[in-house]
Amino acid sequence: MQKTYYDPADLRKFGSITEWSEELGNKFFEYYGKVFEEGALSAREKSLIALAVSHVVHCPYCIDAYTKDGLQRGITKEEMMEAVHAGAAIQSGATLVHGVQMMNKYNKLSM
Amino acid sequence: MATKSLLARKDDLANTETQLEYLSNGIFANGELPTFKDKIAETGNFPLKPRKLEILQINLGYMCNQVCSHCHVDAGPDRKEIMTRETMQQCLEVIKKTGAHTLDLTGGAPEMNPDFRWFVEEASKAGIKDFIVRSNLTIIRANKKYYDLPEFFKKHNVHVVSSMPYYKREKTDKQRGDGVFDKSIKALQMLNDVGYGKEGSSLRLDLVYNPSGAYLPSDQEALERDFKEALKEDFNIDFHNLFAITNLPISRFLEYLIASENYEDYMYALVEAYNPAAVENVMCTNTISISWDGWLYDCDFNQMLGLKVASKVKHISEYNEDLLQNRNIIISQHCYGCTAGAGSSCQGTVA
Ligand code: SF4
Ligand code: SF4
Repeated sequence: MQKTYYDPADLRKFGSITEWSEELGNKFFEYYGKVFEEGALSAREKSLIALAVSHVVHCPYCIDAYTKDGLQRGITKEEMMEAVHAGAAIQSGATLVHGVQMMNKYNKLSM
Repeated sequence: MATKSLLARKDDLANTETQLEYLSNGIFANGELPTFKDKIAETGNFPLKPRKLEILQINLGYMCNQVCSHCHVDAGPDRKEIMTRETMQQCLEVIKKTGAHTLDLTGGAPEMNPDFRWFVEEASKAGIKDFIVRSNLTIIRANKKYYDLPEFFKKHNVHVVSSMPYYKREKTDKQRGDGVFDKSIKALQMLNDVGYGKEGSSLRLDLVYNPSGAYLPSDQEALERDFKEALKEDFNIDFHNLFAITNLPISRFLEYLIASENYEDYMYALVEAYNPAAVENVMCTNTISISWDGWLYDCDFNQMLGLKVASKVKHISEYNEDLLQNRNIIISQHCYGCTAGAGSSCQGTVA
Protein backbone atom coordinates (compact mmCIF):
# COMPACT_ATOMS: atom_id res chain seq x y z
CA MET A 1 0.00 0.00 0.00
CA GLN A 2 1.13 3.53 -0.62
CA LYS A 3 2.11 5.54 2.41
CA THR A 4 0.19 8.70 1.63
CA TYR A 5 -3.46 9.24 0.80
CA TYR A 6 -2.74 11.49 -2.17
CA ASP A 7 -0.37 10.73 -5.04
CA PRO A 8 -0.14 13.39 -7.79
CA ALA A 9 0.27 10.61 -10.38
CA ASP A 10 -3.23 9.33 -9.48
CA LEU A 11 -4.79 12.29 -11.26
CA ARG A 12 -3.72 10.80 -14.60
CA LYS A 13 -5.61 7.63 -13.66
CA PHE A 14 -8.89 9.44 -12.99
CA GLY A 15 -10.40 7.98 -16.15
CA SER A 16 -9.91 4.47 -14.83
CA ILE A 17 -12.84 4.82 -12.39
CA THR A 18 -14.94 3.85 -15.42
CA GLU A 19 -13.46 0.36 -15.31
CA TRP A 20 -15.38 -0.63 -12.19
CA SER A 21 -18.64 0.98 -13.22
CA GLU A 22 -18.66 1.70 -16.87
CA GLU A 23 -22.09 3.21 -17.30
CA LEU A 24 -21.92 5.60 -14.37
CA GLY A 25 -18.31 6.50 -15.10
CA ASN A 26 -19.05 7.32 -18.72
CA LYS A 27 -22.12 9.32 -17.80
CA PHE A 28 -20.11 11.30 -15.30
CA PHE A 29 -17.31 12.14 -17.73
CA GLU A 30 -19.77 13.04 -20.44
CA TYR A 31 -21.57 15.35 -18.04
CA TYR A 32 -18.28 16.77 -16.77
CA GLY A 33 -17.04 17.52 -20.29
CA LYS A 34 -20.30 19.17 -21.24
CA VAL A 35 -20.33 21.38 -18.14
CA PHE A 36 -17.01 22.97 -19.03
CA GLU A 37 -17.82 23.75 -22.66
CA GLU A 38 -18.48 27.31 -23.79
CA GLY A 39 -22.03 28.20 -22.85
CA ALA A 40 -23.83 31.13 -21.25
CA LEU A 41 -20.59 31.30 -19.26
CA SER A 42 -17.28 31.20 -21.09
CA ALA A 43 -14.97 28.23 -20.59
CA ARG A 44 -12.56 30.70 -19.02
CA GLU A 45 -15.10 31.83 -16.41
CA LYS A 46 -15.96 28.24 -15.60
CA SER A 47 -12.31 27.41 -15.15
CA LEU A 48 -12.04 30.12 -12.47
CA ILE A 49 -15.20 28.90 -10.74
CA ALA A 50 -13.78 25.36 -10.77
CA LEU A 51 -10.54 26.65 -9.25
CA ALA A 52 -12.40 28.41 -6.43
CA VAL A 53 -14.55 25.36 -5.70
CA SER A 54 -11.48 23.10 -5.79
CA HIS A 55 -10.07 25.07 -2.89
CA VAL A 56 -13.31 25.06 -0.96
CA VAL A 57 -13.67 21.29 -1.27
CA HIS A 58 -9.95 20.87 -0.51
CA CYS A 59 -9.24 18.72 -3.53
CA PRO A 60 -5.51 18.72 -4.35
CA TYR A 61 -6.11 16.99 -7.66
CA CYS A 62 -8.58 19.64 -8.77
CA ILE A 63 -6.28 22.43 -7.60
CA ASP A 64 -3.44 21.03 -9.73
CA ALA A 65 -5.74 20.49 -12.68
CA TYR A 66 -7.39 23.92 -12.64
CA THR A 67 -4.20 25.85 -11.95
CA LYS A 68 -2.75 24.27 -15.07
CA ASP A 69 -5.98 24.82 -16.97
CA GLY A 70 -5.88 28.49 -15.99
CA LEU A 71 -2.28 28.86 -17.14
CA GLN A 72 -3.20 27.29 -20.47
CA ARG A 73 -6.03 29.74 -20.90
CA GLY A 74 -3.81 32.70 -20.08
CA ILE A 75 -5.59 33.39 -16.80
CA THR A 76 -3.29 35.53 -14.65
CA LYS A 77 -2.17 34.67 -11.16
CA GLU A 78 -4.00 37.72 -9.82
CA GLU A 79 -7.26 36.43 -11.30
CA MET A 80 -6.62 32.99 -9.87
CA MET A 81 -5.92 34.32 -6.41
CA GLU A 82 -9.05 36.49 -6.47
CA ALA A 83 -11.09 33.43 -7.38
CA VAL A 84 -9.59 31.55 -4.42
CA HIS A 85 -10.50 34.48 -2.17
CA ALA A 86 -14.05 34.43 -3.48
CA GLY A 87 -14.26 30.78 -2.47
CA ALA A 88 -12.61 31.43 0.86
CA ALA A 89 -14.90 34.36 1.61
CA ILE A 90 -17.99 32.25 1.02
CA GLN A 91 -16.53 29.49 3.12
CA SER A 92 -15.65 31.74 6.03
CA GLY A 93 -18.95 33.56 5.61
CA ALA A 94 -20.70 30.24 5.84
CA THR A 95 -18.90 29.61 9.11
CA LEU A 96 -19.53 33.05 10.50
CA VAL A 97 -23.20 33.24 9.54
CA HIS A 98 -23.70 30.30 11.92
CA GLY A 99 -22.60 32.74 14.58
CA VAL A 100 -26.15 34.02 14.41
CA GLN A 101 -27.42 30.57 15.40
CA MET A 102 -24.97 30.60 18.28
CA MET A 103 -26.24 34.03 19.34
CA ASN A 104 -29.87 32.91 19.07
CA LYS A 105 -29.24 29.86 21.18
CA TYR A 106 -27.24 31.85 23.70
CA ASN A 107 -30.00 34.39 24.04
CA LYS A 108 -32.69 31.77 24.30
CA LEU A 109 -30.88 29.92 27.06
CA SER A 110 -29.95 33.03 28.97
CA MET A 111 -32.22 34.80 31.40
CA MET B 1 17.03 32.48 -16.04
CA ALA B 2 20.29 31.16 -17.48
CA THR B 3 22.43 33.72 -19.26
CA LYS B 4 24.40 31.16 -21.27
CA SER B 5 23.52 28.41 -23.69
CA LEU B 6 23.66 24.76 -22.67
CA LEU B 7 26.67 24.52 -24.94
CA ALA B 8 28.57 27.30 -23.20
CA ARG B 9 27.63 25.82 -19.82
CA LYS B 10 28.98 22.46 -21.05
CA ASP B 11 25.71 20.92 -19.91
CA ASP B 12 25.16 17.23 -20.73
CA LEU B 13 22.03 18.15 -22.64
CA ALA B 14 24.05 20.18 -25.14
CA ASN B 15 24.83 16.75 -26.54
CA THR B 16 21.98 15.80 -28.86
CA GLU B 17 22.61 12.09 -28.26
CA THR B 18 21.87 12.64 -24.58
CA GLN B 19 18.60 14.35 -25.44
CA LEU B 20 17.56 11.58 -27.81
CA GLU B 21 18.36 8.95 -25.21
CA TYR B 22 16.32 10.81 -22.65
CA LEU B 23 13.37 10.89 -25.03
CA SER B 24 13.60 7.13 -25.66
CA ASN B 25 14.25 5.90 -22.14
CA GLY B 26 12.17 5.88 -18.98
CA ILE B 27 8.42 6.03 -19.49
CA PHE B 28 8.80 5.23 -23.19
CA ALA B 29 11.20 2.32 -22.74
CA ASN B 30 9.18 0.66 -19.98
CA GLY B 31 5.96 0.79 -21.98
CA GLU B 32 4.16 3.23 -19.68
CA LEU B 33 3.61 5.47 -22.71
CA PRO B 34 3.57 4.43 -26.37
CA THR B 35 6.42 5.63 -28.59
CA PHE B 36 5.51 8.10 -31.31
CA LYS B 37 6.24 5.45 -33.89
CA ASP B 38 3.72 3.03 -32.36
CA LYS B 39 1.19 5.80 -31.99
CA ILE B 40 1.26 6.92 -35.62
CA ALA B 41 1.40 3.31 -36.79
CA GLU B 42 -2.10 2.86 -35.27
CA THR B 43 -3.50 5.00 -38.07
CA GLY B 44 -1.12 3.74 -40.77
CA ASN B 45 1.03 6.88 -40.72
CA PHE B 46 4.33 5.11 -40.22
CA PRO B 47 6.70 5.71 -41.92
CA LEU B 48 5.85 9.38 -42.00
CA LYS B 49 6.19 10.71 -45.56
CA PRO B 50 6.41 14.24 -46.97
CA ARG B 51 3.53 15.60 -49.02
CA LYS B 52 3.90 18.58 -51.32
CA LEU B 53 6.84 20.84 -50.41
CA GLU B 54 5.52 24.27 -49.46
CA ILE B 55 8.05 25.82 -47.11
CA LEU B 56 11.82 26.25 -47.15
CA GLN B 57 12.93 27.16 -43.67
CA ILE B 58 16.46 28.49 -43.44
CA ASN B 59 18.22 28.89 -40.12
CA LEU B 60 20.70 31.74 -40.46
CA GLY B 61 22.52 30.91 -37.24
CA TYR B 62 22.15 30.19 -33.56
CA MET B 63 23.34 33.57 -32.32
CA CYS B 64 20.68 35.52 -30.46
CA ASN B 65 20.47 38.59 -28.26
CA GLN B 66 18.28 36.64 -25.84
CA VAL B 67 18.72 33.40 -23.90
CA CYS B 68 15.09 32.32 -23.41
CA SER B 69 14.72 29.39 -21.07
CA HIS B 70 12.31 27.58 -23.39
CA CYS B 71 14.54 27.94 -26.47
CA HIS B 72 14.63 24.78 -28.60
CA VAL B 73 17.64 26.14 -30.51
CA ASP B 74 19.83 26.66 -27.43
CA ALA B 75 20.48 30.07 -28.96
CA GLY B 76 22.26 32.94 -27.28
CA PRO B 77 24.95 35.60 -27.62
CA ASP B 78 27.60 32.94 -27.02
CA ARG B 79 26.60 30.84 -30.07
CA LYS B 80 28.90 31.54 -32.97
CA GLU B 81 27.32 29.30 -35.63
CA ILE B 82 26.38 31.70 -38.43
CA MET B 83 25.54 31.04 -42.06
CA THR B 84 28.24 32.28 -44.44
CA ARG B 85 27.58 34.17 -47.66
CA GLU B 86 28.80 31.15 -49.57
CA THR B 87 26.10 28.91 -48.08
CA MET B 88 23.59 31.72 -48.64
CA GLN B 89 24.56 31.65 -52.33
CA GLN B 90 23.77 27.94 -52.41
CA CYS B 91 20.43 28.65 -50.72
CA LEU B 92 19.64 31.33 -53.31
CA GLU B 93 20.19 28.83 -56.13
CA VAL B 94 17.69 26.51 -54.44
CA ILE B 95 15.21 29.32 -53.75
CA LYS B 96 15.18 30.18 -57.46
CA LYS B 97 14.31 26.62 -58.44
CA THR B 98 12.13 25.36 -55.61
CA GLY B 99 8.46 24.48 -55.88
CA ALA B 100 7.93 25.86 -52.36
CA HIS B 101 5.80 29.00 -52.10
CA THR B 102 7.08 30.12 -48.70
CA LEU B 103 10.55 31.09 -47.57
CA ASP B 104 10.97 31.21 -43.82
CA LEU B 105 14.10 32.71 -42.25
CA THR B 106 14.77 31.87 -38.66
CA GLY B 107 17.55 31.61 -36.08
CA GLY B 108 18.62 32.54 -33.32
CA ALA B 109 18.04 36.11 -34.26
CA PRO B 110 18.48 35.98 -38.05
CA GLU B 111 19.03 39.75 -38.10
CA MET B 112 22.33 39.26 -36.24
CA ASN B 113 23.88 37.50 -39.21
CA PRO B 114 26.15 40.14 -40.81
CA ASP B 115 24.92 39.13 -44.28
CA PHE B 116 21.25 39.11 -43.29
CA ARG B 117 20.27 42.23 -45.25
CA TRP B 118 22.17 41.18 -48.32
CA PHE B 119 20.49 37.80 -48.23
CA VAL B 120 17.00 39.26 -47.79
CA GLU B 121 17.59 41.63 -50.71
CA GLU B 122 18.74 38.81 -52.96
CA ALA B 123 16.08 36.34 -51.83
CA SER B 124 13.25 38.84 -52.28
CA LYS B 125 14.20 39.07 -55.97
CA ALA B 126 13.38 35.39 -56.42
CA GLY B 127 9.71 36.37 -56.25
CA ILE B 128 8.69 33.77 -53.72
CA LYS B 129 5.09 34.28 -52.65
CA ASP B 130 5.38 34.45 -48.90
CA PHE B 131 8.67 35.63 -47.44
CA ILE B 132 8.78 35.23 -43.67
CA VAL B 133 11.35 36.52 -41.21
CA ARG B 134 11.03 35.27 -37.64
CA SER B 135 12.02 38.20 -35.48
CA ASN B 136 12.16 38.13 -31.71
CA LEU B 137 11.14 41.83 -31.53
CA THR B 138 13.66 42.83 -28.84
CA ILE B 139 16.38 42.73 -31.50
CA ILE B 140 14.74 45.73 -33.15
CA ARG B 141 15.43 47.67 -29.92
CA ALA B 142 18.72 45.98 -29.03
CA ASN B 143 20.99 48.39 -30.85
CA LYS B 144 20.60 51.54 -32.97
CA LYS B 145 21.77 49.65 -36.04
CA TYR B 146 18.57 47.60 -35.88
CA TYR B 147 16.13 50.50 -35.41
CA ASP B 148 15.43 50.71 -39.14
CA LEU B 149 14.52 47.02 -39.47
CA PRO B 150 10.76 47.77 -39.75
CA GLU B 151 11.49 50.02 -42.76
CA PHE B 152 13.81 47.41 -44.21
CA PHE B 153 11.21 44.65 -43.81
CA LYS B 154 8.62 46.89 -45.43
CA LYS B 155 10.85 47.67 -48.38
CA HIS B 156 11.19 43.97 -49.17
CA ASN B 157 7.61 43.11 -48.35
CA VAL B 158 8.73 40.70 -45.66
CA HIS B 159 6.09 38.89 -43.63
CA VAL B 160 7.13 39.41 -40.00
CA VAL B 161 6.41 36.65 -37.50
CA SER B 162 7.33 37.62 -33.98
CA SER B 163 7.42 35.89 -30.65
CA MET B 164 5.46 37.75 -28.01
CA PRO B 165 5.85 36.07 -24.64
CA TYR B 166 3.13 37.85 -22.66
CA TYR B 167 -0.03 39.54 -23.72
CA LYS B 168 -0.84 41.14 -20.45
CA ARG B 169 1.40 43.45 -18.59
CA GLU B 170 1.70 41.72 -15.27
CA LYS B 171 2.56 43.77 -12.23
CA THR B 172 6.07 42.38 -12.02
CA ASP B 173 6.81 43.41 -15.58
CA LYS B 174 5.59 46.91 -14.90
CA GLN B 175 8.25 47.18 -12.26
CA ARG B 176 11.00 45.62 -14.31
CA GLY B 177 11.50 48.70 -16.44
CA ASP B 178 13.01 48.36 -19.84
CA GLY B 179 12.79 44.56 -19.95
CA VAL B 180 11.84 42.14 -22.70
CA PHE B 181 8.18 43.06 -22.45
CA ASP B 182 8.71 46.78 -22.84
CA LYS B 183 11.15 46.35 -25.72
CA SER B 184 8.77 44.01 -27.50
CA ILE B 185 5.91 46.47 -27.09
CA LYS B 186 8.03 49.29 -28.45
CA ALA B 187 9.14 47.15 -31.41
CA LEU B 188 5.53 46.22 -32.21
CA GLN B 189 4.58 49.90 -32.16
CA MET B 190 7.45 50.64 -34.56
CA LEU B 191 6.20 47.90 -36.90
CA ASN B 192 2.66 49.31 -36.66
CA ASP B 193 3.99 52.79 -37.42
CA VAL B 194 5.35 51.75 -40.81
CA GLY B 195 2.07 49.97 -41.61
CA TYR B 196 2.59 46.43 -40.35
CA GLY B 197 -0.28 44.51 -38.79
CA LYS B 198 -3.03 46.98 -39.63
CA GLU B 199 -6.37 45.65 -40.73
CA GLY B 200 -6.34 45.17 -44.49
CA SER B 201 -2.61 45.92 -44.73
CA SER B 202 -0.57 43.68 -47.00
CA LEU B 203 2.35 44.10 -44.59
CA ARG B 204 1.72 41.00 -42.52
CA LEU B 205 2.55 40.88 -38.86
CA ASP B 206 1.76 37.69 -36.97
CA LEU B 207 2.61 36.84 -33.40
CA VAL B 208 3.82 33.59 -31.92
CA TYR B 209 2.85 32.55 -28.44
CA ASN B 210 4.59 29.75 -26.53
CA PRO B 211 3.41 28.85 -23.06
CA SER B 212 6.01 30.00 -20.54
CA GLY B 213 5.98 26.81 -18.53
CA ALA B 214 5.15 23.13 -18.47
CA TYR B 215 1.67 23.35 -19.98
CA LEU B 216 0.15 23.26 -23.42
CA PRO B 217 -1.33 26.25 -25.21
CA SER B 218 -5.09 26.36 -25.20
CA ASP B 219 -7.40 27.29 -28.01
CA GLN B 220 -5.53 29.45 -30.54
CA GLU B 221 -8.56 31.55 -31.44
CA ALA B 222 -9.39 32.34 -27.83
CA LEU B 223 -5.76 33.31 -27.18
CA GLU B 224 -5.73 35.48 -30.29
CA ARG B 225 -8.85 37.25 -29.07
CA ASP B 226 -7.29 37.88 -25.65
CA PHE B 227 -4.01 39.08 -27.18
CA LYS B 228 -5.79 41.43 -29.57
CA GLU B 229 -7.98 42.94 -26.88
CA ALA B 230 -5.18 43.41 -24.37
CA LEU B 231 -2.58 44.76 -26.80
CA LYS B 232 -5.08 47.13 -28.40
CA GLU B 233 -6.47 48.41 -25.14
CA ASP B 234 -3.19 48.79 -23.28
CA PHE B 235 -0.79 49.74 -26.07
CA ASN B 236 -2.85 50.47 -29.19
CA ILE B 237 -1.07 47.63 -31.01
CA ASP B 238 -2.51 45.83 -34.05
CA PHE B 239 -1.45 42.52 -35.54
CA HIS B 240 -2.95 39.96 -37.88
CA ASN B 241 -2.86 36.41 -36.51
CA LEU B 242 -1.61 34.64 -33.45
CA PHE B 243 0.11 31.26 -33.75
CA ALA B 244 -0.05 29.20 -30.56
CA ILE B 245 2.97 26.92 -30.57
CA THR B 246 3.57 24.00 -28.24
CA ASN B 247 7.01 23.82 -26.65
CA LEU B 248 8.77 20.66 -27.76
CA PRO B 249 10.68 18.70 -25.13
CA ILE B 250 14.16 19.31 -26.51
CA SER B 251 17.15 21.50 -25.74
CA ARG B 252 16.62 24.17 -23.05
CA PHE B 253 12.93 23.38 -22.65
CA LEU B 254 13.87 19.77 -21.97
CA GLU B 255 16.43 21.02 -19.46
CA TYR B 256 13.72 23.04 -17.74
CA LEU B 257 11.27 20.11 -17.72
CA ILE B 258 13.82 17.83 -16.11
CA ALA B 259 15.09 20.38 -13.59
CA SER B 260 11.56 21.34 -12.51
CA GLU B 261 10.48 17.68 -12.32
CA ASN B 262 7.79 18.29 -14.91
CA TYR B 263 9.14 16.02 -17.63
CA GLU B 264 6.92 12.99 -17.06
CA ASP B 265 3.75 14.99 -16.50
CA TYR B 266 4.48 17.01 -19.62
CA MET B 267 5.02 13.90 -21.75
CA TYR B 268 1.81 12.43 -20.35
CA ALA B 269 -0.02 15.62 -21.25
CA LEU B 270 1.38 15.54 -24.81
CA VAL B 271 0.50 11.88 -25.33
CA GLU B 272 -2.94 12.33 -23.80
CA ALA B 273 -3.61 15.25 -26.15
CA TYR B 274 -2.42 13.26 -29.17
CA ASN B 275 -4.64 14.08 -32.13
CA PRO B 276 -4.43 11.71 -35.09
CA ALA B 277 -5.86 14.41 -37.36
CA ALA B 278 -2.83 16.59 -36.67
CA VAL B 279 -0.41 13.91 -37.88
CA GLU B 280 -1.47 14.39 -41.49
CA ASN B 281 -0.33 18.02 -41.38
CA VAL B 282 2.73 18.11 -39.16
CA MET B 283 5.24 20.65 -40.36
CA CYS B 284 7.78 18.15 -41.70
CA THR B 285 5.23 16.98 -44.28
CA ASN B 286 5.53 20.27 -46.17
CA THR B 287 8.84 21.75 -45.03
CA ILE B 288 12.56 21.36 -45.54
CA SER B 289 14.77 22.88 -42.89
CA ILE B 290 18.28 24.09 -43.75
CA SER B 291 20.90 24.72 -41.09
CA TRP B 292 23.48 27.53 -40.94
CA ASP B 293 26.06 25.14 -42.41
CA GLY B 294 23.82 23.92 -45.22
CA TRP B 295 22.63 20.55 -43.93
CA LEU B 296 19.06 19.47 -44.61
CA TYR B 297 16.54 18.39 -41.98
CA ASP B 298 12.87 17.43 -41.74
CA CYS B 299 12.21 20.38 -39.45
CA ASP B 300 13.94 22.90 -37.19
CA PHE B 301 13.50 20.54 -34.22
CA ASN B 302 15.22 17.64 -35.94
CA GLN B 303 17.94 20.12 -36.88
CA MET B 304 18.51 20.90 -33.22
CA LEU B 305 18.63 17.18 -32.46
CA GLY B 306 21.22 16.67 -35.19
CA LEU B 307 18.92 14.34 -37.18
CA LYS B 308 19.78 14.98 -40.82
CA VAL B 309 17.29 13.92 -43.50
CA ALA B 310 17.20 10.22 -44.30
CA SER B 311 17.98 10.77 -47.95
CA LYS B 312 20.89 10.37 -50.30
CA VAL B 313 20.79 14.15 -50.53
CA LYS B 314 21.79 15.62 -47.20
CA HIS B 315 23.34 18.97 -48.04
CA ILE B 316 22.19 22.12 -49.82
CA SER B 317 25.13 21.76 -52.23
CA GLU B 318 23.54 18.60 -53.65
CA TYR B 319 19.90 19.69 -53.26
CA ASN B 320 17.42 17.66 -55.27
CA GLU B 321 13.78 18.20 -54.45
CA ASP B 322 12.47 15.07 -56.16
CA LEU B 323 14.88 12.83 -54.31
CA LEU B 324 14.19 14.55 -51.02
CA GLN B 325 10.45 14.17 -51.40
CA ASN B 326 10.92 10.41 -51.35
CA ARG B 327 12.46 10.28 -47.91
CA ASN B 328 11.05 8.89 -44.70
CA ILE B 329 10.77 11.51 -41.99
CA ILE B 330 12.82 10.84 -38.87
CA ILE B 331 10.73 10.82 -35.72
CA SER B 332 11.12 10.45 -31.99
CA GLN B 333 9.08 11.24 -28.91
CA HIS B 334 9.59 15.01 -29.26
CA CYS B 335 7.20 14.73 -32.22
CA TYR B 336 4.30 14.42 -29.77
CA GLY B 337 4.69 18.18 -29.40
CA CYS B 338 3.48 18.62 -32.98
CA THR B 339 0.38 16.45 -32.61
CA ALA B 340 -1.05 17.57 -29.27
CA GLY B 341 -4.52 19.07 -29.34
CA ALA B 342 -5.00 21.15 -32.45
CA GLY B 343 -1.40 20.38 -33.41
CA SER B 344 1.51 22.76 -33.58
CA SER B 345 3.82 24.07 -36.28
CA CYS B 346 5.69 27.25 -37.09
CA GLN B 347 2.41 28.43 -38.64
CA GLY B 348 0.42 27.60 -35.51
CA THR B 349 -2.21 24.89 -35.24
CA VAL B 350 -2.56 22.32 -38.01
CA ALA B 351 -5.80 20.44 -37.26
S1 SF4 C 1 13.58 31.48 -28.24
FE1 SF4 C 1 14.08 32.81 -29.97
S2 SF4 C 1 14.55 34.78 -28.99
FE2 SF4 C 1 14.67 33.24 -27.39
S3 SF4 C 1 16.81 32.61 -27.31
FE3 SF4 C 1 15.77 31.19 -28.70
S4 SF4 C 1 16.04 32.05 -30.73
FE4 SF4 C 1 16.48 33.68 -29.27
S1 SF4 D 1 9.20 17.32 -34.57
FE1 SF4 D 1 9.69 17.59 -36.73
S2 SF4 D 1 9.75 15.51 -37.50
FE2 SF4 D 1 8.65 15.42 -35.59
S3 SF4 D 1 6.49 15.64 -36.18
FE3 SF4 D 1 7.28 17.66 -35.65
S4 SF4 D 1 7.85 18.54 -37.59
FE4 SF4 D 1 7.73 16.32 -37.90
